[in-house]
Amino acid sequence: MLKLSFLSGILLGFASAAALAAPDGAKLYAQNCAACHGEAGNGGIGIPLSLPSFHATVDDDYLRQTIRLGRPGRVMPAFSQLKHDEVEAIIRHLRSWYQGKPPIYSAAPVKGDVKRGQSLFEKHCAGCHGANGEGGHGTGVTFSRPRDFPIMPPALHNPGFLASAKDALIKTTLAKGRAGTPMVAFGQRGFSDRDLNDVVAFVRSFERAPLAGSATILETDSAILSMDSPHDLKTTVENIKLAIGNNNFVFIREQKLESGLVPEGQEAPAEHIVYFCNFGLLNQALATDPRVGLFLPCRITVVEREGKVKMLVANPKRLSRIFNNSELNEMCDQVTNMYKSIMEEAAL
Amino acid sequence: MKTLFRFMLVAVLALAAPLAAADEMLIARSGQDFEETMSTLQNAIVRHGYTVARVQRVDIGLTAKGYKTDKYRVVFFGKPAEVSMLSGKYPDLIPYLPISVAIFAEGDNTLISTARPGVLAEFYPEPELQPIFMRWEKDLAAIFDEVREAR
Ligand code: HEC
Ligand code: HEC
Repeated sequence: MLKLSFLSGILLGFASAAALAAPDGAKLYAQNCAACHGEAGNGGIGIPLSLPSFHATVDDDYLRQTIRLGRPGRVMPAFSQLKHDEVEAIIRHLRSWYQGKPPIYSAAPVKGDVKRGQSLFEKHCAGCHGANGEGGHGTGVTFSRPRDFPIMPPALHNPGFLASAKDALIKTTLAKGRAGTPMVAFGQRGFSDRDLNDVVAFVRSFERAPLAGSATILETDSAILSMDSPHDLKTTVENIKLAIGNNNFVFIREQKLESGLVPEGQEAPAEHIVYFCNFGLLNQALATDPRVGLFLPCRITVVEREGKVKMLVANPKRLSRIFNNSELNEMCDQVTNMYKSIMEEAAL
Repeated sequence: MKTLFRFMLVAVLALAAPLAAADEMLIARSGQDFEETMSTLQNAIVRHGYTVARVQRVDIGLTAKGYKTDKYRVVFFGKPAEVSMLSGKYPDLIPYLPISVAIFAEGDNTLISTARPGVLAEFYPEPELQPIFMRWEKDLAAIFDEVREAR
């Protein structure tokens, strides 16, 4: 008896040590992936990961590489800090949604006619995946806002995708499609083996012609943009309000920095914030990436120090990198120019 | 110089591990509906010693202008004495004050997201600021965990 409980004690000890040693895939998934791909993998900002049609067409290497490399400029981050066994645990968790046996692909290249593949691509794929394979607009399947597609067609012309997907994976995906998503099974749409090979060869050729703009993250050295004002604080604030209207923005409110943090009347007087918005632009930004609201509405802070007045804004260029979303780049430039012209006008 | 900042950033991030987020954002999905998540979030913020300064109702403005959107708010919060000290000493940091978290509905679920404060270290290398960014990051990670795990 004593011996038995001693033994089971040892076994229990081993069991819990094993539990400690093996990372918990479900937990890691909840922490790192669920926010975008949904708790049960049904999609969100990211595309679904639970569909049998997805599991039946991707090998473990594809999952491994996608987690490691992310999709530069396409929201999906690179999880370079996860340990090897943590990545494996996440993959096991993803596969727990699938009853079948995942495929194993050879790394052998598929040979095909790139030119012919291109014309097939233009005819059959570009409408969803973009003229240059740059992917659909917006993110995943977020239903909070109206969207063109129930699921965003991912970018194929993306270094993260191309480094993760073997030719055989692309070919199988084309042939079988992804049932439950808009991705068509071209094998059942009259594509011959030759057609499939040619399209794969064309998609692979993206690697040799990186897309300018796509997968590009804007770099910047400064967290803020600032401009001195020759006027006093009150005049500067009034000038900003006027300039906002002249630049197609709507004034929302003016407040002191500490408003809401300390009792009314006790806020430090020398830091004012002017909030304003262009709702059309806001709507466009949220449709591109629902997370950007974080930096909205637009705001200019006016600060007075020793009689000198300065206008400050958070540098919109930083958003590109924070969100890993190159679709935001143009908007970042646009908003930067608007901020500059409002501040310039206010300083006149 | 820039590599030095990068190095410091890496150092800060390494110290800020268990969090170990992949990119520059924190983001969490809650199984609660929007109203429940909003109160879980605000309670967690207060429990970590911060004051909620304001809730910006982004959706109301959009809907009023005729755009379609589900519920979307931004919650601003800070520690009054800290905000006052930081804005006094580091006016260039003011555009990033107070801390904000976006909260928006996605079907039956609710998402929250924010930029990771640790990333600010790259731009504001002053030694005095580093422990503050790190604490924000730790507190935000705990707040996000609470929202993620709330049922
Ligand atoms: C009606 C829109 C539509 C068309 C047409 C379409 N796709 Fe897709 N495709 C999608 C969607 C949506 C997905 C994501 C499916 C998912 O969520 O699993 C996808 C996924 C893929 C994938 C997997 C990539 C990844 O990251 O998930 C490949 C490869 C692909 N498509 C290639 C093509 C090619 C090549 C063509 C033309 C022969 C094509 N698709 C036509 C919508 C489309
Ligand atoms: C910030 C949001 C976000 C997070 C966090 C995220 N992803 Fe993604 N993921 C995406 C988006 C968006 C795409 C589609 C990229 C595109 O549109 O080109 C994607 C694509 C993928 C794909 C390719 C799917 C396909 O159909 O081929 C896989 C696999 C994947 N993610 C796995 C994961 C895993 C595992 C995690 C957690 C370790 C994770 N993702 C975390 C947003 C995210």
